[in-house]
Amino acid sequence: MFLQLLLSGLSFGSLYALIALAMVIIYKTSEVPNFGQGEMAMLSTFVAFTLLVTYGHSFAISFIGALLFAALLGAFLEFVFLRRAKDPNILSLILITLGFEMVLYGVASWKWGADQRDLPFPVSDFDLVNLGPAVISYLNLATLLVTLALMLLLFLFFRYTKVGIAMKATQQNPMAARVNGIRVNRILSVTWAMSSTIGAVAGIMLAPVATLDPNLMLEPLLKGFASAVLGGMTTLVGSALGGYILGIIENLFGGYVSLEFKSIVAFGIIVLVLCFKPSGLFAKHYIKKV
Amino acid sequence: MGTLLEIKNIETFYGLIYALRGVSLTVEDNTITAVLGNNGAGKSTILKTVMGLLDDQPDKGTIEFLGRRIDGKDPEVIVRMGLSYVPEGREVFDELTVKENLLMGAYIRRDRGGIKSDFDRIYGYFPILKQRENQWAGTLSGGEQQMLAIGRALMNRPKLLFLDEPSLGLSPLLVKEIFRIIVEISRQGVSILLVEQNARMALSISHVGLILENGRFVMKGKSNELMQDKDVQEFYMGVRSEESAKGFQRWKRKKRWR
Repeated sequence: MFLQLLLSGLSFGSLYALIALAMVIIYKTSEVPNFGQGEMAMLSTFVAFTLLVTYGHSFAISFIGALLFAALLGAFLEFVFLRRAKDPNILSLILITLGFEMVLYGVASWKWGADQRDLPFPVSDFDLVNLGPAVISYLNLATLLVTLALMLLLFLFFRYTKVGIAMKATQQNPMAARVNGIRVNRILSVTWAMSSTIGAVAGIMLAPVATLDPNLMLEPLLKGFASAVLGGMTTLVGSALGGYILGIIENLFGGYVSLEFKSIVAFGIIVLVLCFKPSGLFAKHYIKKV
Repeated sequence: MGTLLEIKNIETFYGLIYALRGVSLTVEDNTITAVLGNNGAGKSTILKTVMGLLDDQPDKGTIEFLGRRIDGKDPEVIVRMGLSYVPEGREVFDELTVKENLLMGAYIRRDRGGIKSDFDRIYGYFPILKQRENQWAGTLSGGEQQMLAIGRALMNRPKLLFLDEPSLGLSPLLVKEIFRIIVEISRQGVSILLVEQNARMALSISHVGLILENGRFVMKGKSNELMQDKDVQEFYMGVRSEESAKGFQRWKRKKRWR
């Protein structure tokens, strides 16, 4: 029982981790929690759905198409909405993200309606793999693996590529980045594109478990945000770990205590973390030398 | 000798503050030019204006680098023309390693071989950086961070290097070391525009010195002549020209340039 809960917790947690990562990547560059993240992912998932069902493309093409769409969407939103803000403060940027969250929600409702749809996924949610005492569905296994692969890619990207390092540099000190010739605006666009793509992966992996309608990402986004706060909004690894921890705790709570109150755990955890370690469990306290 | 940088009559506002009130300055090939002045005189503002870091500034005047207008251009563009800037207070990337910081300095370059040899050159100037190669820059001491900031600026092979207060917050010994390396860098054919409060040190290594007060240049001359100037000695180098009989001075020498 325990192992079983742990395992499915991990798989849910990996989705939270993805959403948390997507949010943190943006948060680190512009200190804005992007509340439009969920809707961006939802819209991309709908694009995958349209390519797959309406136009009858193969899953691989639809998947890649949706990711491309997500990347463009992210860069577009950054370019059209955020960059226009002149000398913005954090609050106004947050409001902008809330604004396009609503716009995107509206667009999805208008284009695809409020019907609940089913995203045909090539990996089954019902066939199970036996892992000793516990079982895991193929879908959950796929989610776990895809997430891990994506995280590995991200790690390598930030560690070894010039653009990745330049992104970190921009996050840490935009002025110094500019005088070293890093085009900060371009980096911001790339950041948004990346984040949006990661969110889209989460959305597509989530769609077969949940139902595909404009509310698809509402709760997962809050959970992802909670994981990011739990792990620390400033660390990629921390926020991903936060996602897994939240997934596991939530599932254990659902299994042993109460299924009805399962969703509330996330918010209880946020409150606790904010009380005892506001920067997040894994954030490194870094004191800047003057 | 050709002229690298020519600033003509720039005026800069910081919001409502009139920071530069008509500043003209030229930097020649293969020289070290020092701009001296007190806190708030506008020294750093000159560099920031030229680098394009201040939005919509300079308000008036022109800036030419290598014969091309650069006023109103973005720093990203200016850097690509061969002008590097070491900001005041180091501004290294705290959570990147020393190596990554230097790599960011070479961000605009594509030639792998050249970058590699420049790494060796910088580690030659600052051997301590080689030892700290894989450490986060934020964990370095102030002096090491300054060295890193200079090294990073050199990584894009500038023709002209701006140094903003390289001696800020460093021990006298380190200041000496940094200035020794600045001289060495300039011998390699990099011109330097140095902004400093430490007048004695700056004048001792520079060829031309300028003194800035309240956003205007009040004095310009060869560095060794400025060092002999009574006013400069009194106001910028802390030399007292006359001992008072009572052992303390109750009057101030009048500045002659006002």
